[in-house]
Order: sequence, then C-alpha cells, then structure tokens
Amino acid sequence: MTERISAAAAAHVAKLARLQLAPSELAQVTSQLDAMLDHFHDIDALDLDGIEPMTQPYPLVNVLRDDVVGPVLDRVEVLAEAPSAVDHRFGVPPIPGEAP
Amino acid sequence: MTATALQLAAAVREGRRTALDVVEEHLDRIAAREGELHAFNLVLVDQARAAALAVDEKVAAGVDPGPLAGVPVALKDNLCTRGIATTCSSRILDGWHPPYDATVVQRLAAAGAVVIGKTNLDEFAMGSSTENSAFGPTRNPHDPTRVPGGSSGGSAAAVAAGFAPLALGSDTGGSIRQPAALCGVVGVKPTYGAVSRYGLIAFASSLDQIGPFAATVADAAALLEVIGGHDARDSTSIPGPMAPISARLGDGVEGLRVGVIAELREGIAPDVLARVDAAVVALTKAGAIVDEVHIPAVTYGLTAYYLIAPAEASSNLARYDGVRYGLRVDAPDTEQMMAATRAAGFGPEVKRRIMLGVYALSAGYYDAYYGKALKVRRLMAQDFDAAYQRFDLLLSPTAPTTAFRLGDKTADPLTMYLSDVCTIPSNLVGHPAMSVPFGVGTDGLPVGVQLLAPTLGEVTMFRAAAVLEEAMR
Amino acid sequence: MNAVDTHSDYLIEGRTGTWELVVGLEVHVELATATKLFSGAPNHFGDEPNTNIDPVTLGLPGSLPVLNRQAVELAIRIGLALNCEIRPSTFHRKNYFYPDMPKDYQVSQYDQPICSDGWLELPSGTRIGVERAHLEEDTGKSTHQGGDGRIHGSVGSLIDYNRAGVPLVEIVGRPHLRSPDDARSYVLELRAILLAVEASDAKMEEGSMRVDANVSVRRVGDTELGKRCEIKNLNSVRSLGRAIDYEAHRQVDLIEAGERVRQETRHWDEGDGRTHTLRSKEDADDYRYFLEPDLVPLDPGAEWIEAVRAAMPLLPRERRSRLATAAGVEVTSPAVAIVVERGLDDLAVAAIEAGGDAGRVLVHAEHNLAVEGAEALRPAALAGLTRLEVGGQLTATQAKAVLTDLVTGGGDGDPAAIAAAKGFEAMDASALATMVDEAIAAQAGAWAKYLAGDEKAAGALVGSVMKATKGKADGKAVTALLQARRAGG
Repeated sequence: MTERISAAAAAHVAKLARLQLAPSELAQVTSQLDAMLDHFHDIDALDLDGIEPMTQPYPLVNVLRDDVVGPVLDRVEVLAEAPSAVDHRFGVPPIPGEAP
Repeated sequence: MTATALQLAAAVREGRRTALDVVEEHLDRIAAREGELHAFNLVLVDQARAAALAVDEKVAAGVDPGPLAGVPVALKDNLCTRGIATTCSSRILDGWHPPYDATVVQRLAAAGAVVIGKTNLDEFAMGSSTENSAFGPTRNPHDPTRVPGGSSGGSAAAVAAGFAPLALGSDTGGSIRQPAALCGVVGVKPTYGAVSRYGLIAFASSLDQIGPFAATVADAAALLEVIGGHDARDSTSIPGPMAPISARLGDGVEGLRVGVIAELREGIAPDVLARVDAAVVALTKAGAIVDEVHIPAVTYGLTAYYLIAPAEASSNLARYDGVRYGLRVDAPDTEQMMAATRAAGFGPEVKRRIMLGVYALSAGYYDAYYGKALKVRRLMAQDFDAAYQRFDLLLSPTAPTTAFRLGDKTADPLTMYLSDVCTIPSNLVGHPAMSVPFGVGTDGLPVGVQLLAPTLGEVTMFRAAAVLEEAMR
Repeated sequence: MNAVDTHSDYLIEGRTGTWELVVGLEVHVELATATKLFSGAPNHFGDEPNTNIDPVTLGLPGSLPVLNRQAVELAIRIGLALNCEIRPSTFHRKNYFYPDMPKDYQVSQYDQPICSDGWLELPSGTRIGVERAHLEEDTGKSTHQGGDGRIHGSVGSLIDYNRAGVPLVEIVGRPHLRSPDDARSYVLELRAILLAVEASDAKMEEGSMRVDANVSVRRVGDTELGKRCEIKNLNSVRSLGRAIDYEAHRQVDLIEAGERVRQETRHWDEGDGRTHTLRSKEDADDYRYFLEPDLVPLDPGAEWIEAVRAAMPLLPRERRSRLATAAGVEVTSPAVAIVVERGLDDLAVAAIEAGGDAGRVLVHAEHNLAVEGAEALRPAALAGLTRLEVGGQLTATQAKAVLTDLVTGGGDGDPAAIAAAKGFEAMDASALATMVDEAIAAQAGAWAKYLAGDEKAAGALVGSVMKATKGKADGKAVTALLQARRAGG
C-alpha cells in the first residue's frame, strides 16, 4: 500500500484543525486516514470529465430576507454560558498574531 | 400492543385520557428500562408534566390542543431546546443551554406534543452504533448486548422500548433509517429541505435532514406533517407547505413501478436479502410492478460521502473553540487553548472525521478528494434521475445486517462506515427514503427494508410503506 | 534620494537608478443596513458590548444564515457606481481560527463575486481598475488587556461580537496607482461615491471604511511587478499617503542594499512613521475555501440590476463633468473637484443656468461658501450677486460681504437690497482715477519704486486708495489704473 498521507502532512492537518493530539494519537489517526484515503481512491476509476460538481441537493436561488431588525439575545444569559466573561465581553487568553 | 401516537392524541383531544396520564405512563416505562438501555441523555420529567398540564388545560377550556395533543416525543440531543441542556453527546458541549428552540421543537409545541427527553447519539451524529457517545452507548431494546444502530440510536431505542410513541432524529448518511431498521421501527429521512434545519446542530449541512421515528407508518406521517414545510430561517428550506401524506396512506401501490437496486444487494446478509425479496412479493401482490434497476454510481457513494460529510463537518465543528460556550481547557494563549479544548472535548471518531475533512479540503488535495467527490455526487444524481424515468419508487435493504454486538465494529472505522452503504445515496442526492420494519432475520432481530423516492416523493413512498406494514400484520 | 511627489510622476531616485511605485488598494466598507448580513440583529456602531447579538451572530450551534436583501442592493449600487459587471454569485466559507470570528470561518464571496471588472476615475481623469467587489461578513472586535492595548504583551483579550456579521463589501482595486497622492485621491473619490450612493457612512476613523495597501516598487521600464507588502492599520487618508511613501522608500533601500523584499503583511505605526512586519505570507494559512452549504446562489438578474441603476444618483464624476460644462472650465480643474466635494455643485449649476456669471459663481462656491447654510442659498440670488459684480456695481470684497449676509439670512434675500442696505455703491471710474492720482502724489517714494519695477511697492499705493475709499474700491481696478499710469497712460 502506498502512503497516502505522511506524518508531517497529518501533523499539519492537526494544526489547521486546532487539535492538539498526543504523538501516539496522531500516529493512530494517521494510519487510519491512510487506510481510508486508500479506499477512497476507488473513485479514480470513474470518468468525471465534464461533470459539474454538485454542492446542494435542492436547487434554490436568491433566498433573501428583508432588512428588518429582529429579536436579540439577552447578553446576561449568553455570557453566563461563556467559559470566561469580563465587562460584558467574552474573555480569552492572549492572542498570538493578528487575524488574517 | 401499546397505543399509537394518533390513538393517544385522539384520546387526549376527546377528553378520554389526560395528557398528564399519558406522560406518566411513559415516564413509568422509562423508569423501568432506561437504566438498562440508556436511550436518553436527559429525561425531562418536570417539563413534560408541565407541558402535559398545559395541554389538559386547553382541552378543558375547549381550545384546540393540536394534532399531537399530549403525545410524548423524544428528541435527539442535537436539536436545540431553549434553556435545556443540548449536548450532541459530546463533552465539548457538556452543560450548554441553548438560548433558543429549533424550528421543529417550536412546531412540536404548537402541535401539542410533549417533549419527554433528549436522546443519546453518536457524538455530533458521527457513527452508526451510538457507541461514539461521550456519555456511554445506548443498547438495543430487542437485545441489550447489541447496538441500536446510529447515530440516532437513542431515538430509535426510545420508540422501540415504548418510552415515547414518537421521536425525532437527524439523518446525514442513514442516521435515522439504519437505527430504525435495527430497532424495528419506522424511520424517515425526508427530502432535503422539506424539514427546517434551524436549530439542528450541524454535522454536514448539505446532507443533514431531521425526520421522524414512529412505531407505525401513520404515526410517522403525522409527525412529518407537523414538522415539515417551509421555514424562512433556513435558506435551504423548500418553499411552500408540505404535501399532505396521511390522507393518502390508504391509496395502495396498484400500478406503481418499483425498482430493486441491484448494486445494493452486494455485501448484504442473506437473511436481510430474504426480507427484501419478501417485500418484493408483498408489493407485487398489492399490484405494484417490480423489476431490477441498476444505479452504478451508488457503488461510489461511500467514498463520496466520507469525503463530503467530513469536509463540511470540519468547518461546522470549528466553532467549538472554548471561547463562547461549552468546554474550555486553559492554556497560555488562545491558539493553544483552542487546540487543547478541542483535543479534550472531541472523541476519537469526531477527531478522525475533522482530520479527514480538513485534509480533503486543504490546498493541493481539494481536487483529488473533495472536488472529485462532488462530481461523483452529481453522477449519482444523474443515475437516480435515469432510474426514476422508469420507476416511481426504489427498494433496497436499509442496513447490511441486523443489529450487531457492542464493540464488534469499533476497532476499524471503515468496517463501521460500511453499515451506511445502503442509506448514504439518498443523502447525497437529497431524495426522501424511509426504513420500514419487515420481519426478522435468522437471529430473530428486526430487519428493515428501505423505500426510496425522488425529490418530494414522500406521498408515494409512504403509500408503499403502508402496504408493507399491512403485509406484516 | 529624492521623492518627486508630483502626482503620477512620483518616482524615487535611488543610488542605482530610478524606481516606480505600484500600489493597489483593498478597501472594506461596512454597509449602511439596519441589520446584519445574515440575520436580523441590529447593525449599529457604538452600542453596549454584546447587545446586537442573536444566534446567527454568535454562530451558535444550529443557527443558520439568511442573506439580507438590502445588503445585496447596496453591493449592486457600489458595483454599478464602480462600472462593474453585476453577475450571479455564490458564497464560500473561508476557514481559519480566530476568537473574534464566532464560527471560526468567514462567509465571503470567493471565485464568483457579485461585482467584477470595473473602474474608478480619479478627479485627475486617470482610471484605476477595480478587479472585484464582493460581499462578506465582518468579525467581532477584540480589546487587548495590558501591553498598552496591543497584541504583544497582552495578558488576554475581551471580545465584543456586536460587529460580527455586519455586512461588508470588499473592493479590490487593481495595482494601477503610481503615487501616494493617487492613492489618497482614490480613497477620497471612493468615499465620495459610497456616500453618494448611500451604501456606507465610510468613516475611516470609526472603521466603517478600512483600507489596506499592497505596495511594491520596480525599476522604471520594468513591466513585471515586484514582491509586494500589504500595509494594514491605515486609519486616515493622511496615514495612507505617509505609509505608502515610507514603504516605497524602504523597499528601494532594501533592494539597493542587495536584499530582497519579503512578501508579508506590515503594520503602519502612526507614532514612529514606519511599517513593521506583522506576519509573513510564507507561512500563510490554508483557508480551505468551499461553497457555503447553508446558503444558496445569488443571481440578482437584469430586472433588479436595472431598477437599481435607474434609481442611482449622479456620481461625483458625473457631477464634476456637469459643473465643468456649465462653468466652461476643464473637468480636472481643482475648483470643480472642491465644489463637488462640498456638495455645492447643484447650487452652482443652477446659479449659472439662472444667468449668473460662471467664473464668479465658481469662485464663490469654491472660496466663500464653505459655511453652514450655504446649500440653502437660492440659485437666483447667487446669480444676481455675480451680475452685480460683473456689472461693476459691487467689488469682490463687497460681494463676499453680501454673500455672507445672504447665507445667514436664510438664502433667499435680494443681493441688490442687501448691498444697498450696507451702503455699497460702486465708485464710478473717473472718481477712482482721481483717488489713484492723489495716492501717487501723496506717496512719491512708493511710486518711484513702482516705476523702477518693484511690484511690491504697488501694495502701499493700493492700500492708501482702499483706505481713502473705506474699502469700497475694487483692488483689481486700482492695480489696473496703476499699471496704466506706469505704462504712460
């Protein structure tokens, strides 16, 4: 069986997915992904030239709402669910780096 | 035989029974067997009693209490209920109380139904056995050493055990139909867009549909009629009301053309196939014209599904980051906090699918995996369209086997994935499909057969389901 | 090294040759809708933290987006104002983790934007290409605690999601700008357009208009683009110009020192007047774009687009052109741009059409009407005033005084009556000539210098005439008489 996903690629994927996996966990997931990806190459047998990708099952277009203010949530209720809330805002530890 | 939902609703509406009495009867059944089965994450004893009393007050006041008056309904625990814990059977949402109700929950309340509990599921609906729950597995009421199927295993088991005559589940790749088959109840995945997804915690947005579980075809139809129809809060909701189904249940199948999907006989247990063949006989006897049909692309459904669903899931589940609600694991900075929270909060199957989805979408692999899967999806839709030129309905097994034992398929994810091979195609193409109990296998456990229909073909599908149900009486 | 800051002739003379600047701007504007892009939560700046939130805004599990019709309408207006094609479009998810983004993905238009291939014409007449303008949702706002409010050294951040989900249009300009002045001009013109079509309040200070600049340099004559840096944190038009100028010189210095420009995002620091590395593009995230399955395609269609087009107001460019034609001046004349920017072009055009003197009308609109209440001035009154001026009945100074009274009086007074009430009567020519001769006689020294060619000496002579007439004399007429005397008249 050829290797479909390298350990380095899997580590990169875990970082993109924000999953802090222990080395043993990462190794196990990598080998499982590898087996799956291998199986998934069955579709390489299909001739898919000229076939439009299908993203949604039911074709709708222009589903729009009027620009009318609706109900808002009670911030006390919402912030009570937050792991950390300070001054009516959600608290997080320091953020490394600016948003893209 | 316990009363059906429609019988209960009629009794409550006509004042022959109180809703409270109905609820107490079901709470008693739950008390008797829930410890063994673990169908629920949460039984709503007080709320159910309060809701029942409100129904009884309406009846007493001469106000229409709704078509499902006093009928207990079990909700899969991925449907948002205002102020009531909604967990998706995940530690990452443990303790979260949504500040709003799902559209289907609002519609149930308006119909007089009584929510009796939140049912167990595979974490974030990812699984086929309900063993991937962070709160422990649900067991099959027909044989507690066996799984109820999944991911809506708690809802299927609740109906099978008589905890509630009705339940709601969600079906992304078979998560209603497969457990319905394994638990011997009716389970319906409606047309994509027929039931609002607003308030359904997303697994894979373009595949997810909410649908009913019931002990009878008529009960399932009644529940679908209550929850279905357009909702302005879901952009993918089909415009207009849902076509009435209940009134047509007795129309029979005389002259209907039914195709048996040849590709979905491969890899199916012989005792299950025997029941499909028995269904062919029953439908033929009722006047349907049954023939074999080939839908070549269904062979590739598993691959397309296990690329598309994890890709969407990887994005849908990004929001569980420890910032706004649910679990947080502390760490020196936000990036580490998120990664630690997600590592601690998600179970192994969810992590696997997120990894798979991120990989399938990532630069350099998109075209080879996700992009290709979307084309296979189109190909499958074309194959189904061709089949529906010749047939009104299609027939297949719902699941390859009867209920398997707990632990049997947990070692190898791919083996577990194969449980969905017959149900996945309907999600990919967005068509309705349902599982109808049709006898038992050689092990004495329930077997379900699957009826498939084209977009918005629910009425025809239910007519055939009623014929199969009648044949089993 | 010298910067020749003369509009599009901005070139940098380096040690090894002459360099050209290449700038493209990406501008995010918040749309002036009542509600958010995908939900009914209010779109309102400055409210108490976390009050304009609903399940969609917070990305709560189970919530779903529904597109705001008015946001689409405003995007179409912007597109039409920028001469774009309005096309069928779709929404994608841009996936990356950031705590001020509630779903940890941003819904944005990707390969099928609603507006594409347009242009914006600067007042100078130069056309700057617009690659696209697309709809997307804004993020929440983080406030960094400690570390002087900056990310570095912060002990934590607090997040307010009021801004999350506010509709944005991102306008991606092509790299056609060649000087800091042009970049400033582009932003000012874009702001004027956005205000004209009422799509946004476009306030850079409040963040409802946010400008990022992609800056690169290349040797004059080169056709390939250099490596570019994206400059962020440009909070005013002035910062934009300064940052581009700084960055251009930084890049030239770097290349001439034998180093290379790294493609990266840089942060403009208003305090030290420099740009600083924020993030290297080389470890760029992989955004895993895919079609947003919770939304359906958007195809406004010809009917909607034409209805929006029909309701479009005159744009700044069209207004400049109309005014220039009416006033008989070049469309690129600064007076035309200023008058349109002040919104006084309607008045000016109407006054000219009402028989006012075009030159005087333009002068008043440019210099004397930057006051409150000016727009209420009756065009016929302004026209009448300029007729009195050119008829010699009022001097420029008197006219200005009458104009001030006209405006403070509500705009519909009679200029002749006001002039009379103020005791303004034009001096007749012979009386003025006598006064000039008296001034020459009285200030022989100044006259001698003036005769010897010292133009400044005229000032003293004019001044004494003005004093003698209590300001009623027309300064220009006095100067003309002095010149005539010197020439031997």
